[in-house]
Amino acid sequence: MTGQPQAVDFRTGDIPTPDVIILTHKLSRDYHLGSEVVRALRDVSLQIRRNEFTAIMGPSGSGKSTLMNLLGCLDTPTGGEYWLNSQKVSELDDDELARIRNKEIGFVFQTFNLLPRATSLHNVELPLIYAGVKAKARHERAVAVMERVGLGDRMQHKPTELSGGQRQRVAIARALVNNPSILLADEPTGNLDSHTSQEIMEVFEGLHEAGQTIVVITHERDIAAHATRQIHLLDGLVEQDFTTEKTA
Amino acid sequence: MLSGEILQVAFQSIVANKLRSFLTMLGIVIGVGAVITMVALGTGAQRAVEEQIQRLGTDLLSVYAGQSFRRGVASQDRVSLTTDDADALRRDGYALKAVVPELSRNQQVKYGNRNINVNVLATTADYPEVNNYDIEAGSMFTYGDDDSRRRVAVLGYGVPDMLETNGAAMIGQQISIRGIPFEIIGILAEKGAQGFSNPDEQILVPLKTGQFRVFGTDRLRSINVQVLHPDSMNVAMIGIERVLRREHGIQPGAPNDFQIRNRTEFLSTAQETTQTFTFLLAGIAAVSLLVGGIGIMNIMLVSVTERTREIGVRKALGATRSNIMLQFLVEAVTLCMLGGIVGILAGAGGAVALAKLQGWATVVSPQAVVVAFVFSAVIGIFFGLWPARRASLLDPIEALRHE
Repeated sequence: MTGQPQAVDFRTGDIPTPDVIILTHKLSRDYHLGSEVVRALRDVSLQIRRNEFTAIMGPSGSGKSTLMNLLGCLDTPTGGEYWLNSQKVSELDDDELARIRNKEIGFVFQTFNLLPRATSLHNVELPLIYAGVKAKARHERAVAVMERVGLGDRMQHKPTELSGGQRQRVAIARALVNNPSILLADEPTGNLDSHTSQEIMEVFEGLHEAGQTIVVITHERDIAAHATRQIHLLDGLVEQDFTTEKTA
Repeated sequence: MLSGEILQVAFQSIVANKLRSFLTMLGIVIGVGAVITMVALGTGAQRAVEEQIQRLGTDLLSVYAGQSFRRGVASQDRVSLTTDDADALRRDGYALKAVVPELSRNQQVKYGNRNINVNVLATTADYPEVNNYDIEAGSMFTYGDDDSRRRVAVLGYGVPDMLETNGAAMIGQQISIRGIPFEIIGILAEKGAQGFSNPDEQILVPLKTGQFRVFGTDRLRSINVQVLHPDSMNVAMIGIERVLRREHGIQPGAPNDFQIRNRTEFLSTAQETTQTFTFLLAGIAAVSLLVGGIGIMNIMLVSVTERTREIGVRKALGATRSNIMLQFLVEAVTLCMLGGIVGILAGAGGAVALAKLQGWATVVSPQAVVVAFVFSAVIGIFFGLWPARRASLLDPIEALRHE
């Protein structure tokens, strides 16, 4: 534990500085269950800078999945602001959110979520297809990123022909292929054994060293330990937020 | 780029569920096939009727001898139509192109040592032209032959067969009608049977020859009248009625002792009937196409549910609502159009088979094929729209969580 991350005061109407990739200002999300209102996230204000490797932790029900959905532009907040890479995304409509997800966010899921009928190369090309990149450029970029995660020899394999670790590497390649502002990983090692988990976290560390901003949602302390900053949520509020020395 | 992906995924999905896709498509195949076959059947029937009308001539009226009445009692002995009536029509008729009297009886005809009983028709030289006959061999007799009461005969196409003789060889030969020798000068071309009578089984002789040398009467069976133009049919009929009433001295208010018939009348009724028939058949077939479409909708809904996770992933990776919607719409339309193509082939095959096996007239018209194809695509869009919309409106968070 090496102390609180520095954050500039932010007020409604301000524009975040360019080095702040993620900024939430009093971000909240309420769910209506019948007549009851569940406040899953209560006025959370966060700033994550470029090239930070952040772990968001918390027990189930703490609001970390809600935060992850909001940060990933899969959901819209009921209150507050969300700025991603200097764009205010908390008020965008569905199609604009789809574009933001495509260009700015790379998702890595616990269950990989690869398309089973497509080859790993085609899976990696998918975001580029929706970005409208031409076939040749698409192929080149997908091949390059596959080689970067060490799967240059598995490009024509289908997901079912790959191990869990390889599948997650394909998913990471897919997340990276559009050069997103943030890599958003939701329990990326939840379905992997400890040895493979270690390998995947090393991939993340490598990406972090190369300058990638990464947010990992996890409930495992030793996974969070790979990050340079940990944010602990409890009952929809930030309970702890501190930077760490990376464990060697 | 995106269109390539959408098409590829649509085909992948269809191929991945081969049996299901096939069974779904079968609904469309049967629907489209039924429409094509039924319409082919209806069109064929209509075409046959139209041909028959053309063959009869659309500008012909027939005048028949009817019942004459004396003090309200039908009489048998009065001569209703004579050659004088024909001359009067020729002289005073309105908008008439040709007047062709027909005087006919069945007569004993002898050729060599063969005997047949055949219809002998005494008429004028323009009979073949007015009734759309061609000359197969030799020539038709002339007005001169008629005026000079020459004993010449022109045979119907079927007569040489009845006499078991070669037609062309009979030209210039003698044939005896009721014991009177005639020279055969021509043979008519084949016309084909029409309803009850076979117009190929008759022998034509000049009107006056028949009147004075064979039958010894001027009582006509009928007078065929060709009008100047099909549109002047009604005026011509009124003119004929006027002339004949005057000739027959019929008092005003008394009924006609003749009948004027428009030969194509009953055929246009037949035409309307076959048209109704076509619509009916196509309508019934369209119901099965509708059922096929509902099948498509059903399977697309299943497909959307099955691929909820995939939809979530695609949305997370940046697919917009319209991308997802198009994806499923294209899949539905592809299924339908594949079904449509197979259905068109099956329907055309069915039409050909019906024609071959049952001898029914069928016509697979290009319009019907195009309409069926476009309609199957429209079915795909119509029944694919709702499932596709459901897919596009899925919440990505829920979709990603879907098991």
